[in-house]
Amino acid sequence: MEKRYYQKEIETMPVEEIKKLQSEKLVKQVKHVYENVPYYRNLMDEKGVKPEDIKGIEDLHKLPFLTKADLRDAYPYGLLAKPLGDCVRIHSTSGTTGRRVVAFYTQHDIDLWEDCCARAIIAAGGTNEDVCQVAYGYGLFTGGSGLNGGSHKVGCLTLPMSSGNTERQIQFMMDLKATILCCTPSYAAYIGETLKEQGYTPDQIPLKAGIFGAEAWTNEMRRNIEETLGIKAYDIYGLTETSGPGVAFECEEQTGMHINEDHFLAEIIDPETGEVLPEGSKGELVFTSLDKEAFPLLRYRTRDICILSRKKCSCGRTLIKMAKPMGRSDDMLIIRGVNVFPSQIETVLLKEGYQPNYQIIIDRVNNTDTFDVMVEMNPDQFTDTVSGVTAQEKSLANALKVMLGINPAVHLVAPKSIARSEGKAVRVIDKRKLYD
Amino acid sequence: MSLKQLTVFVENKKGALVDITDILAKNNVNMRALSIADTQDFGILRLIVNDNETATKALRDAGYLLKMTDVVGVKIGDQPGKLSTALSVLDKADINMEYLYAFMSRTEKHAYVVLRVADNALAEKALEAAGFHMISDADVNKL
Repeated sequence: MEKRYYQKEIETMPVEEIKKLQSEKLVKQVKHVYENVPYYRNLMDEKGVKPEDIKGIEDLHKLPFLTKADLRDAYPYGLLAKPLGDCVRIHSTSGTTGRRVVAFYTQHDIDLWEDCCARAIIAAGGTNEDVCQVAYGYGLFTGGSGLNGGSHKVGCLTLPMSSGNTERQIQFMMDLKATILCCTPSYAAYIGETLKEQGYTPDQIPLKAGIFGAEAWTNEMRRNIEETLGIKAYDIYGLTETSGPGVAFECEEQTGMHINEDHFLAEIIDPETGEVLPEGSKGELVFTSLDKEAFPLLRYRTRDICILSRKKCSCGRTLIKMAKPMGRSDDMLIIRGVNVFPSQIETVLLKEGYQPNYQIIIDRVNNTDTFDVMVEMNPDQFTDTVSGVTAQEKSLANALKVMLGINPAVHLVAPKSIARSEGKAVRVIDKRKLYD
Repeated sequence: MSLKQLTVFVENKKGALVDITDILAKNNVNMRALSIADTQDFGILRLIVNDNETATKALRDAGYLLKMTDVVGVKIGDQPGKLSTALSVLDKADINMEYLYAFMSRTEKHAYVVLRVADNALAEKALEAAGFHMISDADVNKL
């Protein structure tokens, strides 16, 4: 019989019991951190909070926040809560926005992380009969190792492909009949495009499901990938700071991701004031690691903007759900005074029949922001006249203006000329010097 | 009559044309005529070649965006006033033209004009009625 849950007792636990479990774990975790992480102890002392003030999750708001800046300040060992002798691995962020963040894991931490990924794979319909192709990068990036471990726990035949070398990905996918693909959504779209070019129709592709995460993607992009590959595409969420992918995962309902809240306690706060917002409010997602030993972050601000919901889910899981992040409080661009989220641009492109591969270039010329969007031409729309191409550019610029409220200059470029992400795509190049 | 034009999207980057012509040369494709329309960002390269199939495959494999366009090829005498005569035929027939370019034959004393018009069939009919001869892909290969 097909298994519907990986850890049924936890995944379908009544909400009151989950909260009780979280409270018990939180009290222990705060004590562990206070005793072992001088950096956080100082933050608590500054705020006048002692471990004994935290009696349950209702006291969570008393604890100080951690931000990416703290992680950089404390690099590399400042937030480590276990002796290095107990640690077995590190992972690290790409470091695109400054100094790298290094996260440490004990074997216990790896196990709970892989359990989370196993829950995600089973929620996507995975069983030990499946062939799971892991095309996330392996190495410092968490994507490859996390899904690899989860796939082992489920008992899938695991193809540890890592990212890139698309020809080889396709060869293994076809020859070994991969049924589940795990990678970034933009790489999934790229693999799909390549398969289509090679003449494969969705029913010739053995995949049945995909687990895609590590970057922002829209529902339009999801439908696009599902159609090209003939699969059901599931979202997965995570960050290196809390462990990696698997902090939250989607079930067949595809209406948000269940947070593994026995391990990760979620809050939504007002990004300006830091105030905790009631359930159902839109705000910044904050996570507290309840079980991690080596790198247990308390109240870590993710910068992801989203909504939490306890609405009953048809899959039977009682774990709270987070909506797909609607943007990042730090990804948001302010162009000519208008807030622009890259995901809005993606939405327009898909609606207008373009691939969601684009690059935004922002600069400041004579004290005015310039806003250029490079988009790959749709081969079906290519014409032999200049006026035909410029008319397409103008029409897309208008569609973007309707969505964003400001007018971009659209430049159509050759297909596949914008770099695809095998890890994370560079979507925005901001040349403005806004800070010293 | 049918004359095929190969239309290639060229990004305005250094070396782009060198790359395209190099690919054609390596595949032994001979160009009969070409024209480029360009803007600041991109160019549209239009080619009449002796072997459309090979040229298309080679450029497509190299990742170029291209399209085959039906155009009108008309043979005109290599004398002053001949192009003007041909164009006035189209004008009188009220046929709009997007662009044109011309080339000469090495062997015959003729010029050829490639025309991109709103309605190919109508243009060909009008020109034939005025005594002009059209050329096809097969003719191009012999030139």
